[in-house]
Order: sequence, then C-alpha cells, then structure tokens
Amino acid sequence: MAYLSIPNVVVRGISACVPQIIDDNSHYPISKDDRLKLISTIGVERKRRVDDVTCTSDLCFKASEKLIEDLNWGKSEIDCLIFVTQTPDYILPATSCILQNRLGLSTECYTMDISLGCSGWVYGMSTIASLMSSAHGNFRKALLLVGDTMSKTISIEDKSTWPLFGDAGTVTALEYVEGNEELKFHLATDGDGADSIIVRDGGFRNKFSVDSLKMIKYEEGITRTNLSCFLDGMDVFSFAISKAPQSVNKLIDKYNIDKNSIDYFTFHQANLFLNEKIRKKLKLESEKVPYSLKNFGNTSSATIPLTLVTELRDELISKKLNHIGCAFGVGLSWGSVYFVTDHIICPELIEY
Amino acid sequence: MELDKFIQHFAAQFEETDISKFSADTKYKELTEWSSLMALAIIGMADEEYDVKIKGDDIRNSQTINDLFIIVKSRK
Repeated sequence: MAYLSIPNVVVRGISACVPQIIDDNSHYPISKDDRLKLISTIGVERKRRVDDVTCTSDLCFKASEKLIEDLNWGKSEIDCLIFVTQTPDYILPATSCILQNRLGLSTECYTMDISLGCSGWVYGMSTIASLMSSAHGNFRKALLLVGDTMSKTISIEDKSTWPLFGDAGTVTALEYVEGNEELKFHLATDGDGADSIIVRDGGFRNKFSVDSLKMIKYEEGITRTNLSCFLDGMDVFSFAISKAPQSVNKLIDKYNIDKNSIDYFTFHQANLFLNEKIRKKLKLESEKVPYSLKNFGNTSSATIPLTLVTELRDELISKKLNHIGCAFGVGLSWGSVYFVTDHIICPELIEY
Repeated sequence: MELDKFIQHFAAQFEETDISKFSADTKYKELTEWSSLMALAIIGMADEEYDVKIKGDDIRNSQTINDLFIIVKSRK
C-alpha cells in the first residue's frame, strides 16, 4: 500500500515560469460550433507555448533562479535537485545534472530525473521529501523542478491534444526542519493503461525511423505522427473520475484528515469537464478548488504548482494554509498529497 | 438493472436530440448530436448511475444503446 507520512520537511517557496507565446483556442481551425463546444468542455481558452529552442529545463531554470534569490538561499546550501519531466533536454544525460551545473549548485548535490507526467509533482514531492527526511539534516535545502513542454510532442492537427496542452516549468523549494508536521501521501499506478496516453516512437521500444515522421490521419481533425502524443480521452476520463476521488478519500481516511480543515484542494488541471466531475463527486465547494485551465491549459506535471502560483499567490504569501493536491494521468499514475504552506515565498508568475 | 432506465439515463445526457429518438436499437453514434465529448458524458453517466467503468474501446466497439447496456450490466 503506497501510503507515506514524511516528517521534518517544510515547503518554503513555489515559483512558476511560462513562455510568452500565447495560443488562443478561438483561432483553432475547426468549425465554429465544434470549437465553442470544445472550449467550453475542456475549459481552455488559451495556453502558452515555447518556441523551437526553449526547453522545459529553461523554464524551470528561470523559475529556480528567481525563487532562490527571493528565498535568500545560498546556492551552496542546496543539497538536492530533482527534475520531474517527460520532456527532458536529451535522452541522456539526465537533465537534472545539467541543471545542477547551470544553477551553480555544489557538486556535492544529489540530483535525479523522474519520468512522470500528470502525477509528477505529487510523486516528486514524495521522493524529495523522503530523501530529505532520511538524510536527517544532511539535505538542508532542496529543489523540486517540475514541468513539461507538451507543445513539442503534440500535433497541431490533432484536436484531441493541441487545444488542451500548454507549457510551463515550476520549482518547489523545501527545507529540512525538525519537528514539523508531516507531509502525507497516497500514491498508485496502473500500467494496464499505458497505451491511453503515449508517444509511441523515439524511445528504444520503437526507435526513431523514417516512418516515425509519417503524418497519419485517424479521423477528421485527428492527424499525427508516431512521435506525437496520442491521448485516449475516453479511457483517461473513465480512469480519472473514479481513481482521483478515491485517492483523495484514501488519503483522508488513512490519516484522519479533517476535510473541513483543508483550505484548498488543488487538482491536476486535466480538463474542466473531468475536473468538475471529480470536484462534485468529492462534494467540494467551488471556492476551495482553484483552476488555471482557462489561461494555461493542461500543463502536464506542472499543473498543481502553476495553479498555486497563478490562483492562490496572495494567500500563499500572507497566510498559513492546509492543502490537498491530487494528480492523475499518463502511466497511468496517480496520487494525492496533504501539505501545509505557511507564509511561503511565491514570486509572481514569470514569463520566459 | 433495467434497460428502460438505462435508456432514460442515456437520453438525459443529450440536450438537442428528441427523446423519441432513443430506444434499445438506436445507433447512437449516428445521432447528429453525438460527438467525442458526448462520449465522456456517457462514461460519466455509467460511473455515476451504475458505478461501472466504460473504456474508449467499449464505445468504439458498440453500435446501439443496447450494446452499451449489455456491457454496463455485465460489469454491475
């Protein structure tokens, strides 16, 4: 049973960076009726997209530089950096190694890449907090960089992905503090759904070939290559409406969390129709469930920290808040986390 | 689990299509209001009303409302 309760780790800051290019879905080339229906269902009016030369790591780097500065942290105090993404710089080496050097962190720094998408921030939090907790003070400060540039993996001629996905990079800063309230997690996996969201070619199962570049038309409005991300919206929907509420309830039940004590439930921003189903199943008031979908779309692993920054910044910097975060998707992989923020450092959304 | 009730739940997901168009033999994907987004509403209905999981392939491989009814009933 993947439950975790991790003491002595505090969230100190969160920062997010998005590219400047805005893709407005009102220009997406399908019929007007279809477009209006699509936008109102997914809840995405516009999203950000990187140019050809910008990577996820660039967005996370910029967010990190700003956060380290605002936190007034010495770079030599940062003992751990984890980078969660499915859009790394290279197949190898791990981008976290490159980021350690770019950020000017000590060579005595623990770094690692984690390949997860939608569920990535929750999984990343569980990994980095576990490491910090078991290092008993040797990891004083740590950075969890999480983001994706899904625009690089999706076909503009695929209406099931292009209008939905946006790009963003984030960083969450954590510190080892003894005696602090525990971070609590429920985490889960079902690889039976591996085919539901997949980029088929370009890895080592199906190596890149000339055929990988072939544009294949599956139906009207759905044309892509095998290097493009395929999304079976029906499978993912069916999975998420049952597993996401279940995961939140498991977390609450296992650790006797008082639901009323939670200020905000921040969910992975999948799409509005799906997220509202989840919210209603959990009987949560809409005031407690923030959305950044409208302006930023589904930014894969970055959705939870991005939503915290864009929707809750004023409260994050001025109050103590109890949170539950819940994320679900590609893998299939999902999980929920209970955490507290107490007057954290949260720079305004950064543009790259 | 009753077929009539299932058809009612199915029809309730539609906004523009007349109720008379829905029967066990309705080839639902041929309805003008049908879309990939309607499919999500049907999957949501099966989850909410019957606590049953319908997948993408179930929608792709079925033709009539009765086909879907049989799938949902078998998983109840």
